[in-house]
Amino acid sequence: MNWTWFHRLGSPPHFFRIAGRMIPWFAWPAALAAIAGLVGGLGLAPPDYQQGEGYRIIYVHVPAAVLSTMAYAVMASAAGVGLIWRMNVAHAVAASCAAVGAWFTLVALATGSLWGRPMWGTYWAWDPRLTSELVLLFLYLGYLGLRGAIDDTARADRASAVLALVGVVNLPIIHYSVDWWNSLHQGHTLLKFGKASMPPSMLVPLLLMMLAFVLYFAAILLVRARGEVLRRERNASWIGAAIGER
Amino acid sequence: MALVALIVVGVSIAGALALRAFRENVMFYFDPSKVAAGQVKQGQRFRLGGMVVKGSVQRQAGSLDVKFTVTDFAHTVPVSYDKVLPDLFKEGAGVVALGRLDAHGTFVADEVLAKHDEKYMPPEVARSLKQGQAAAAAASATEAPH
Repeated sequence: MNWTWFHRLGSPPHFFRIAGRMIPWFAWPAALAAIAGLVGGLGLAPPDYQQGEGYRIIYVHVPAAVLSTMAYAVMASAAGVGLIWRMNVAHAVAASCAAVGAWFTLVALATGSLWGRPMWGTYWAWDPRLTSELVLLFLYLGYLGLRGAIDDTARADRASAVLALVGVVNLPIIHYSVDWWNSLHQGHTLLKFGKASMPPSMLVPLLLMMLAFVLYFAAILLVRARGEVLRRERNASWIGAAIGER
Repeated sequence: MALVALIVVGVSIAGALALRAFRENVMFYFDPSKVAAGQVKQGQRFRLGGMVVKGSVQRQAGSLDVKFTVTDFAHTVPVSYDKVLPDLFKEGAGVVALGRLDAHGTFVADEVLAKHDEKYMPPEVARSLKQGQAAAAAASATEAPH
């Protein structure tokens, strides 16, 4: 297997250029998928037999919740790569994930809370799913806080990478919390063996929204990672040429 | 590399052990079988979860008082409640109630939450499913005497 493409990505100028070229390829499809998903989910999909129109909050809640864990997985993977291969660009990617992931987590918690009030009868319960998702928010905030507390970038990278890796243990807990324990939160509608418990008219817009969130995350991550690489390489000579290019 | 592997392995082991230890403690609610097995002390506040038995809901005229039975299809627990029920509360659906058992074994709830399942479908589909089930039940009932 040829790994040169991977090693070349470790070079800041190369990463900066490639990332800049890729952004529109994620951003525009993200916008299109979001428009299609919102029209389908808020307009075309039928109401639910139990929850009426209120269930439509899933078109934001579910993608935000999925991305909150996916962003963490990306952050921890990048941090691991940065630790193992001492790759500065990977640390920059990890550092760029945290704030976006924290926002996804907050959106998932807030929309879930607004959904919980009319359906369950409460804004919040110390349910295993809700609690583990809240822990995820604290992991993100802890990661950001740790980075912010260490001035030396290389030390901040190593310390925060260890924290990111330790926090990975929370991801399976979030995912399986509704199977392992009695919970107020519903079980899996999508990710399970057999058929999704949802007709295509509701499911397709949901999958479109999830696609839109994934693409949006990729685009915003690249924008942020480019900024982070620029900040780290602010004294390097390649920057003048790279900026002049545009 | 070794450091990262050590962190991942160590944390996984610690996580697995912690989960084993906490397995019971993080139960959000007890089901009626656990209550029947005497896993809750009398007077202890806990959450009771299960299905509302069909036909068990009795409302007191002129007040919010309501009585119903919660089941996990093995055991049942009678519940009494005197506040407004959530919209999704209905017979045959899931609930989680917070409260304590009184001396007669009735669960006196001070909070009732409705638990909805993971199924989503349009109302027409739910109606036709219900009719299909009712027709099947009627058919099996008429066949039974033979």
